[in-house]
Amino acid sequence: MSESHSQPHRFLATGPRNAFLAGVRAELPILLGVIPFGLIYGITALAAGIPPLLAQAMSAIVFAGSAQFVIAQLVAAATPAAVIVLTVFVVNLRHVLYSASIAPYLQRVGEGWQKVLAYLLTDEAYAVTILHYQAHPEAPGRRWFLLGSGLALWGTWQASTAAGLLLGATIPPSWPLDFALPLTFIALALPVIQDPATVAAALAAGVTVMVVQGLPFRLNLLVAALAGVLAGLAVEQWWPQRRRRGDGG
Amino acid sequence: MMLWLTIVVAGLLTYAQRLSLIALWEKLQLPPVLERALRFVPVAVLVALIVPDLLQPPPAGAAVPLNPRLPAGLLAAAVAWYTRNVTLTIGAGMLALLVLSLLF
Repeated sequence: MSESHSQPHRFLATGPRNAFLAGVRAELPILLGVIPFGLIYGITALAAGIPPLLAQAMSAIVFAGSAQFVIAQLVAAATPAAVIVLTVFVVNLRHVLYSASIAPYLQRVGEGWQKVLAYLLTDEAYAVTILHYQAHPEAPGRRWFLLGSGLALWGTWQASTAAGLLLGATIPPSWPLDFALPLTFIALALPVIQDPATVAAALAAGVTVMVVQGLPFRLNLLVAALAGVLAGLAVEQWWPQRRRRGDGG
Repeated sequence: MMLWLTIVVAGLLTYAQRLSLIALWEKLQLPPVLERALRFVPVAVLVALIVPDLLQPPPAGAAVPLNPRLPAGLLAAAVAWYTRNVTLTIGAGMLALLVLSLLF
């Protein structure tokens, strides 16, 4: 939080409108990966026998891509409601980590804003926004930036869900459209791996997620995230102090 | 009707998870070491989301016992590292997957 920036950055332009638009702009490339994901979700939900109206409503009510895929799978397998709810809760536990990680930046925005912004805290809006906050801790208009990135994602998720429901089976299942999403995560992750501590966090998370892949409820994600955080912390603690790169990203 | 109720409850729980620490942050007064730990959340979660997708077993009946997603993902990682451009990274990765799938 103490990095200084010699270069002026377009995100530092003042005013709610500019911060909002900066959030939208930062989210735009991510949407390339989100659109196919939404399409596939719509198709998967239909194939699972979920009525189109409910499949669309789920994109607004749950608004969490991977959890929605899990719900579709469980509905197709005629899983009891309580098991579905419990599974979604565990699959989405990483959002508690997101909430903790973004919380320090959202303490002065007021309760009303917190309640709105929390709704928008998906994987993709969180990732873009927290990386912006970390790179530009002094940039004004934080709430507007997250509102912009979050709403851009929200609108795209609803529209791509609808497109998936409408197009349905016309998209051949052999098209590897789902690969676009991990690629967007790669694009976001690589630039922030920039010191021994973040390298350690990445390695520990990557190895752990595979080692504990057998855990139910996709708990391997959460365990891997915690292992990555611990590894990063340990290396930061014990590695000889060196100049931290202040990167504009 | 039951399915609607299930979705609404699942959605409310997800929302509560997202709001949890944003709302409770100042009341909880977490120790400073936890606040430092949070710097590593984005990179750790992103890598945990990526790796299982790259290391999927190869498709059944594939000629080469390697899923083309791994080399395509590694190429995309290199593009991300050098260009720091999201669009180029996605484009390079998708193109690499397409070419590798056609070759093998």
